[in-house]
Amino acid sequence: MNDTTNDLMNDGSIHALSGAYAVDALDDLDRLRFEAHLAGCADCRAEVQSLQEAAARLAETTAVAPPPALRDRVLADITRVRPLPPEEPARQPAPGVPGHLKPRRHWRMLAAAAAVLALVGIGTVATQPWDHGSSHGQLDVAARVLAAKDAQRFSSTLPGGAQATVVRSPSQGRAVILTRKMRPAPDGKVYELWLQAPSGRMLPAGLMRGGNREVLLRGDAATAKAVGITVEPAGGSAQPTSAPIALLGFDKASA
Amino acid sequence: MSPLRSVPAGDPSPDREGDPTRLADLLVELLARSARGDEAAFAELYDATASRVHGLVLRVLRDLAQSEEVTQEVFLEVWRTASRFQQHRGSAVSWLLTMAHRRAVDRVRSAESASRNETTYHRQNPEVEHDATVEQVEASLEARRVHDALQALTDVQRQALELAYFGGYTHTEVARMLELPVGTAKTRIRDGLIRMRDAMGVAQ
Repeated sequence: MNDTTNDLMNDGSIHALSGAYAVDALDDLDRLRFEAHLAGCADCRAEVQSLQEAAARLAETTAVAPPPALRDRVLADITRVRPLPPEEPARQPAPGVPGHLKPRRHWRMLAAAAAVLALVGIGTVATQPWDHGSSHGQLDVAARVLAAKDAQRFSSTLPGGAQATVVRSPSQGRAVILTRKMRPAPDGKVYELWLQAPSGRMLPAGLMRGGNREVLLRGDAATAKAVGITVEPAGGSAQPTSAPIALLGFDKASA
Repeated sequence: MSPLRSVPAGDPSPDREGDPTRLADLLVELLARSARGDEAAFAELYDATASRVHGLVLRVLRDLAQSEEVTQEVFLEVWRTASRFQQHRGSAVSWLLTMAHRRAVDRVRSAESASRNETTYHRQNPEVEHDATVEQVEASLEARRVHDALQALTDVQRQALELAYFGGYTHTEVARMLELPVGTAKTRIRDGLIRMRDAMGVAQ
């Protein structure tokens, strides 16, 4: 764990990340967490916007004309792509969001969910993440975990250089795994996620593909001791049939 | 860009607000027309902004071929999402450059984790490939004002901001590079941007 995590989780200075956020100087997870904060903090939204304006001015000093051929390619590209329609001005509560939630909380989750969408690359423009209201059930829970005040982060580098980060929130009782650059599982195989119960038993917590993923683990993460990843036959197994390629213990939290 | 370029470099003139404002309004209109599928409007938008987008991407990525790819992706994304631009949330050019910067940074970081050694070497041994742009830069009054505003920052603020924005480094990396505590690096980036913003008269 690093200082950033401690910053985000332990002191009240999350507002001061506005500058780093405005110049894209946060790593993925800090970005997600700050975006979750942004959704509920109008001051930070206004500040980020003004700082992004200021940052954009820096590009005045680096202007370089692209080659004319690029213009031709761009103008050819757009003939094959349909512009998105405007978003609906009035926001209806998205399906899967409980109606009794306070608007502000609801808003936070939507934005965090949108940020998750952006992270996993579903084509959402993330420059104004709080504008994007798409959401569904699983992402709401994942967003709650990521935005939880008691969220703890556990990271591991896997063989081949892939990164896996587990974020667990004891208060939410759930954990989310974020992976970067996982190689695809071998043919006919799949990655299976496990939560290690206090007894030491590995309980199946879901399946995952390679690449950059964000997956909400099934099961009780509050009492679990660790998250494991194994390679299993397609369809998954009820218990691990191979040694874990990663085991992230919850005893090593530094947050 | 022509409204900016037509002003000679030199002392900031009091009537400088006129042209940029007109350009900003034009961009908003071009985006709105693009959102409705107007390809000619989009071509005009491209012509007005491509140098800034491409130059920024190139500055971050340093690699010409990759920068062209990213610039192309950015404009395609601008076309696709033009309807999502909201004027009350900031200027069109900031929207566009924020998108471009995010993409360039994503690309440089994923290239880095793919081949850490090579890229690290590349990034730690920056070739000064940008001199060719200097003349062009100085021709723009706006660029001159930005340059002056940057010079008014403290050395640490300027270094931290440039490493983050042009270098594409995270604030924790900036902290290590400048041998600062992470919290200090974070604050310097923010302070630098705030001073830039105030010096440039960016609307808040």
